[in-house]
Parts: sequence; C-alpha cells; structure tokens
Amino acid sequence: MPTGMRELALAQGLTEAEWERILATLRREPTEAEVAVFAAMWNEHVSYKTSRPYLKQLPTRGPRVLVGPGENAGVVDLGGGLAACFKMESHNHPSYIEPFQGAATGVGGILRDIFTMGARPIANLDSLRFGSPSHPRTSYLVSGVVSGIAHYGNCMGVPTVGGELVFDPTYDQNCLVNVFTLGVVRKDRIFYGRASVPGSIVVYVGSATGRDGIHGASMASAAFESDASLRRPTVQVGDPFAEKCLLEACLELMDRGLILGIQDMGAAGITCSTFEMAARGGTGMKVDLSRVPLRAAGMTPAEILLSESQERMLLVTSPGGLGAVLGVLAAWDLCGAAIGEVTDTGRMEMTFEGKKVVDLPVALLTDEAPVYERPWAVPADLPTRWTLPAMPPRREVWESFLDLLDDPSFRSRAPVFEQYDHMVQVGTVVRPGEADAAVIRLLDAPPRGLAVVSDGNGAMCWLDPAAGAFNVVAEAVLNLACVGARPLGLTDCLNFGNPERPQVMWEFREAVRGLAEACAAFQTPVTGGNVSFYNETAGRSIFPTPVVGVVGLVEDVGRVARAGFQRAGDAVVLLGPSEARLDGSLYLRRRTGEVRGRPARADPVLHAALCDLLASTIESGLLHSAHDVSDGGLLFALAECVVSSPEQLGAVLDLSFASEDPERLLLGEAPSRAIVTLAQEGLAVLEAASRERGVPFLHLGVVGGPLLRADPFVSIPVETLLARHHAPLPGL
Amino acid sequence: MRFAIIVFPGSNCDRDCAHVLGTVLRQEVRFVFHKERALPPTDCVVLPGGFSYGDYLRSGAIARFSPIMGDVVRFAQAGGLVFGICNGFQILLEAGLLPGAMRPNDSGRFVCRDVFLRVENADTALTRACRPGQVLSIPIAHAEGRYHAPPDLLDPMTRAGQVLFRYVDRKGRTRESANPNGSVEHIAGVMNRQGNCFGMMPHPERASERVLGSEDGRLLFESLVRSLRRG
Repeated sequence: MPTGMRELALAQGLTEAEWERILATLRREPTEAEVAVFAAMWNEHVSYKTSRPYLKQLPTRGPRVLVGPGENAGVVDLGGGLAACFKMESHNHPSYIEPFQGAATGVGGILRDIFTMGARPIANLDSLRFGSPSHPRTSYLVSGVVSGIAHYGNCMGVPTVGGELVFDPTYDQNCLVNVFTLGVVRKDRIFYGRASVPGSIVVYVGSATGRDGIHGASMASAAFESDASLRRPTVQVGDPFAEKCLLEACLELMDRGLILGIQDMGAAGITCSTFEMAARGGTGMKVDLSRVPLRAAGMTPAEILLSESQERMLLVTSPGGLGAVLGVLAAWDLCGAAIGEVTDTGRMEMTFEGKKVVDLPVALLTDEAPVYERPWAVPADLPTRWTLPAMPPRREVWESFLDLLDDPSFRSRAPVFEQYDHMVQVGTVVRPGEADAAVIRLLDAPPRGLAVVSDGNGAMCWLDPAAGAFNVVAEAVLNLACVGARPLGLTDCLNFGNPERPQVMWEFREAVRGLAEACAAFQTPVTGGNVSFYNETAGRSIFPTPVVGVVGLVEDVGRVARAGFQRAGDAVVLLGPSEARLDGSLYLRRRTGEVRGRPARADPVLHAALCDLLASTIESGLLHSAHDVSDGGLLFALAECVVSSPEQLGAVLDLSFASEDPERLLLGEAPSRAIVTLAQEGLAVLEAASRERGVPFLHLGVVGGPLLRADPFVSIPVETLLARHHAPLPGL
Repeated sequence: MRFAIIVFPGSNCDRDCAHVLGTVLRQEVRFVFHKERALPPTDCVVLPGGFSYGDYLRSGAIARFSPIMGDVVRFAQAGGLVFGICNGFQILLEAGLLPGAMRPNDSGRFVCRDVFLRVENADTALTRACRPGQVLSIPIAHAEGRYHAPPDLLDPMTRAGQVLFRYVDRKGRTRESANPNGSVEHIAGVMNRQGNCFGMMPHPERASERVLGSEDGRLLFESLVRSLRRG
C-alpha cells in the first residue's frame, strides 16, 4: 500500500511531472480525496489530454448544428421545432474484462448522455468488434456483450436497430464495444450540463453510491497487461430498471421546468459531474459528501468521489424548486438529496463529516488540465504494408467467391438483433438487416424520419489511416443515401492503441485528418464523440479503428429503399466505377492471410454526386432497392442483395466487362459504388440522371430466378447463398 | 371510447398503445400511474408491455401488488374489458385474472421478430373483426413467453373457446418450428371464462400501420372499439 500522497498519486496513474505541477500550483500537499480528484480528472479518458489538440481539426459547425462537442451529446436541428440529439461512446475495456456488465453499463451510460440533454432516446446502435472466430475467448465475449446490450436496452424500451459485428484477430485481446444513442428533443427545451446560477441547489439523483467501478476511468486509460480479469472489480453493475425510472423522472422534471442544469454521472462519477458543471457555468460549488446516499458502510470521501455506481445524475435546481424535485423523485421511488450549492468562487469546496476534504480551483481540473503533444513517427514498415503480397496460383473466380462467402461477414446478423427489442416505440420502419441503414419515423413530424448507421474499417485504417478514415465516413454517408437519407451530423468513437507509442500517435493524427477532410467534403459536422486509447494488450495495439455514427434525414418514410432485390423483372444497375483494387480487400486477406496494399481514397466529388443521385432517385420512387458495394467487392454485394431479398430472388447478370481481370474487378474493392434495382421502364431516366451528375452507370441485368448468375463467371443457386448466410456465428 | 393505459414503473409500451389507440384509432386515451388507487371513468383498461419492476423476481410478479391493481381487479370482476399485452399479460396471470402461468422461453433468450398467429376464436370482444382461422402477422418481443397450463386447466379452457391465438407458420399450420418460445399447445393468447379479460404475448400495437409492415394488429384494437360501441 502506498503511504505518502506522492506514492498514492503515482499509484493512481498521475505522472511525476503532474505531481510536481499539483504541488507548485496548490503550494501544499493535496489531501487523499484531492489526489483522487486529480487522478480522475487528469486521466486520458476524462481529460483528452492527448487527443484534444487534434480534435480541434474536426469541422463542428453547420447551419443545423445546435449543440456541438463539449456537452453531453450533440444536437442538430430537424426543423419544425424538433431536434435530433445523438452521441457514440466506447466501453471497450470494461467489456473485455466482464462482457455482460461492461456492455450493459455502456448502453446505460450513452442513454443517460442523451436524456440528460432533454431528449427521449428513440434508437440505439452497437458497433462490436471481436477477435478471430476461432480465438478461445471470442464466443464468450460475443455472447456476453450481446446479452448485456439486450438486457439493458430492452428493459429501457429503446429499440436497438443496427450496428456492426466484425471479427478480426487484431481484436483478440481488446474487443471494441461502441454504443450509439439517438434521441429527439424539442428545440426550445434542450438542457445543458451547466451550473450557472450561484445560490442554486445541487441535487444528487438516482441509485445510491457504492464501491463499484472505483477507478473505472483510469482503467480505461491504461493498456492491459496479460491478465485483464484482475481488473474485474473496476467494472460497474447496471440496473436498467433504475435507469428507466430515472429517465421518466428526469423528463418529467424537465417538462415541469424544475431543472437549471443537469449532467449524468459517468466516468469518475460525482467528481467529474460536479467539476464539469461548475466549469461550464463558470462557477464553483460547495458540496457536503456526507449527504450523498450510500449503499455501502464506511466509504471514504475518496471512494465516494471516484465511485462509478450506475444510474445516477447530478442536477441543479432553484432553492424554491427543491421540494417539487424531491416530490417527483419520490413518485418514481428514486433517491434524491440536496448535497450542495452553486457558488461564484470558481472553487470546488467539498466537506465530509464537517471536515474540508477538497478545496481546488475548478479550472485547474478542467480547462487547465494537462495537454500533451506526444511524439509521433511514421511506422517503419509502411512501405511493406503498402506492397501487395505475392498471390497464390490463380484459380477460378467462382472458387474464390465461394470461399469469400464463408467469411463471417456474409452471415446473417439475425441471431444478434433478434435478441434486441428492435421494434419498441413503434418507430422502426427499416429494421436491422433489411437495408444499409435503419430508418426510424418521427412520430411528431410525419412523414419524416431519421436514418442511422455506424461504420468502421480497422484493416483499411491500418494500411492508411487518413484514407481509411476518410472512406469510413464516405461509406456511412453512402449507406444513408442507399435508404434515401441525407446526412445531418456525425459522432465518432476513436479506438486506438497506446498513444505513448509514436506509431500509434501517427495513426491517430492521420485518422483525425482523414475524418476532418471527409466530414468537410460531405458537409457532415462532428457533434461529439469520444476517444478510446490504450486498446493494447501485452504490447500489441489494435488496428486504428475510428468508428462513426451518422444520422440522416428521410423526407418520407413511405419512400425508403432496402438492400435486397424486391421485384422479379427489375433491372440491376451498378452506379459508380467498375474499377476495383485488391489492396486491403477482404478477398486478399482471405486468400493470402495478409493485410496489405494501399487503399484508394474516395473521390469526394464523385462520391457526393453518387449519394445525391441515390437519395434523389429513392425520394422520387424510381429505385426499388439500393445497396452499397463495400467489403468483399461486387459479387459479394450482389450475393447480399439476394439473401436480403424478401422473396429470395436471384438475378441474371452480364459481368463480361470484367473479363480482362475478373479476380480484381469482381472480388476487389473500391469506394463510391452501389447496386440498385428499378423497373425496366425507368432505366433511361436513371441513366440520364447518372450522366448529368457524372456518375458511371452500368446496366448489369435482371432480377429473378433461382440462381445468382453472373455470366460468364459464376452461377450459384440461391439456396447455396442462403445456406452460407445462415451459418452460425461464434457465441450466438 | 375511453381507454385507460396503466403505467407501471418499467412499462415501455404504454406510449405505443396510446399512439395506436389515440392517434391511429382516434379514441380517448388516459395514462393511469400505478400508484393511483382508483381508475378514472373508462371503458377498457390496457396493461401495456415492458419490464414492470425490471422483471425482477418474475415477470409481472411485483406489479400485481401495485396500488392500482385492486381497482383493476374490481373493474374486471364487474365485467369491464381488460387487455394485457406481453408484460401486461404476465401481470394478469400473476393477478389471477387469467388462467395459466408464464415461463422463460425454451431458448433461454429474449426474442424479437415477426410471428404468425391463427385466430382460434373470432367471436370475442378482442377478435370480432377477424375471420375464424385468420392468420395474422404480429411481432413478439419477450424473454418469458412460454405459456403454461396443466391439462386439467387447459382442456376446459380450450373447449370453452378461451384460447384466442396459436403460433403457426405462414400457412396457418401449428409447427414446432413456428413456436417461438415453447408455449404449451402453441398458445399465444387467452381470455378468461367470462370473456372480458384478454392476454397475449405478441404486440398488436407494433402491427397496426402499413408503414411498419403489418396492419393485422389493428384488427384487435378495432374489435375492442366495436365491442364497446355495442355496449
């Protein structure tokens, strides 16, 4: 056990230099409680001390942006007095240690971020990345994470409508669990995490505080050594029933005008919520920690400050409103306690049993927290990464294609999303698995709706973080266009390895640059998100994996497109270039076992034109289906159109354009491509609209029949495709 | 007609039912918080789906002790129409207003998907807008939906027409593969002997508008409205 305060500080993750700065600023030794506060507020997870300088590059403004980064969640204007509120967050470390509770509390945390803003959550997405299907821990993690998400989201009555499920050996010892929530709020009733009015009352709301999750934020700011299970006590335990009551109580308090400011207690619990609310309001606070409702006896002030017990909020109300606040909380059988007041001192003063235990300037822990310019270096093996490996002897395209269909990415996700209630709230118009994005109708603004999608691509980002991140945004925007939506805004989870490694810092710099360029190119402002560093175990970092969640507007939910072939006799058209490359492709990975090559960055002009073409022709009712061509290439995408067809329709296609190099053109990949179907009579209209926008147009054939026939290369029975599609996934 | 929707802590389909009854069918809808002791004047009580009390202990086991349930039982005993959906069905079983009991799904998992139901009795206040034997497409979303009743209870129920719906395949045939939770005799919904209390696991409120993929569920709400109009 550390004895002195310095040892305690170092043991909690503060550096020697940070300790010296504390001493120099305070001109005294901090108390044990203060050490806890510094350790919690200055760690990477809360302070963004490594990423902050880079995140400034991201475009955060736009005509629709009402609330950008820095609040609990971003908000964009939908018109008609309504706004969409959304955010994505990672819960990687806890989910690897304890998958069920780790994932469940991740969902709980992101839901609180949304209803804190005054929004009612209407949809969740979950982007999940696990190790190789054959890794011994993968099944355990998949089944735990999926059931944890189901446990929490289902009970909350928020539909989980989509996400991703990716398997790659890079995540063998660091799974990624990125959770996204979308809510809807009245534009004139947005709430902020601010304590602006001195003299107002600070109220603790929700479940009582226990010893669970202490040091959770610092756990998420360190790499795993070999045995991550030793860190299990840092994972919190979720109670979705308590949170459902908390949600309803908070929305009722907001409806009744009883809240001046509100923030959820997430990472670093009471510490983070008090300091951040005071910092945003430019105020201070006096807090009596003895008044915090506790569920464990004998907790020290430091433990109370660091507890990450779930389902708790901090709110600020006027002295006259306190009685009414406590009344609403009592009706929902929730704890409520006035624990302090807002001051104008700019200091955080906390007492415990009559003794002062914390007395710190608020700014020192927030705006003035350390910022690091960590060294970066271009990875020495980059030229090797960019060189294509020697290919094994050629084989027939159909053989390679069949092998590609064995990849887990071709398999139906139904065993996942059937465990999620994806229909509650009667808003889900396009369900998970039906299309490139989910569509939720706006019950208060018919016939409009919102489309949501999440995307990421670790392998491509490892090969070229800037191009890879650019293409991730491009793909998400294209996914939205394929249901007929236009993007409103974006949130991101930046999952990276250990930033103290210069190559990881380079990956981060490059990826943020790519994201920034793409968001500017596609007019999709970033409204918030989070950074998850230290996804590293035993010295091995994950692929750089920026994941984005993008929200789009659908003008009429009665006119959306789905991915699968809809009607026999429809024409099948490839929109976008017929060129493709093997670099970084799924096919190359399966064929050679290597992630190699240099991915091409999407052409922003062509890509934007394609997206506009898709959204316009879906809105006008011209297209019957639309699906982007991404991982796996053109044949793979056509197979996906077959297996997601409601009537399981095949197709008869002429792919002779690929004769010069079928392997590359049919199995390779390229951005900015989509397969669409439409009535034969509409072909001329679509061709003209494509030409007008400079989007390549290639008529491939016709929908129908019991085969996927791609002359002269492949002819596969629909039954065979379905059998591959319904093969089981690990852990499900 | 006046509908009262009970809001238990953890109810999460209350607003969905209000949307269908109020916005789609233009009926008068009132939410009644579970801590109330008396129902407002009403023609039909709806117990919505959700996770009342977090489904802790056993689905519906705690909700039946909510203060409002005393008056719900009195209302039912006086012949008032009571309709429980999913968790609401579980609560009605726990409260003894409907016969039988509910167990966890045989898969051990929560399951959310479309299922087909066959209308076994089209001569009830909940089903009179349906044809006998009509196959309805309505989604389920539950972890504890395996209906159970012992033969000495089930046989008289069946003879009395108390079995309202069975899980079937697209063509209306009972098949093990079409039974999503292992319910005894594929039962998806039942009523009491008097014919005024109904419970079903599938969610008709999620299948009441074309934009959601099915309008079959609306037939049930329309049946209720029609029954009430008759008086």
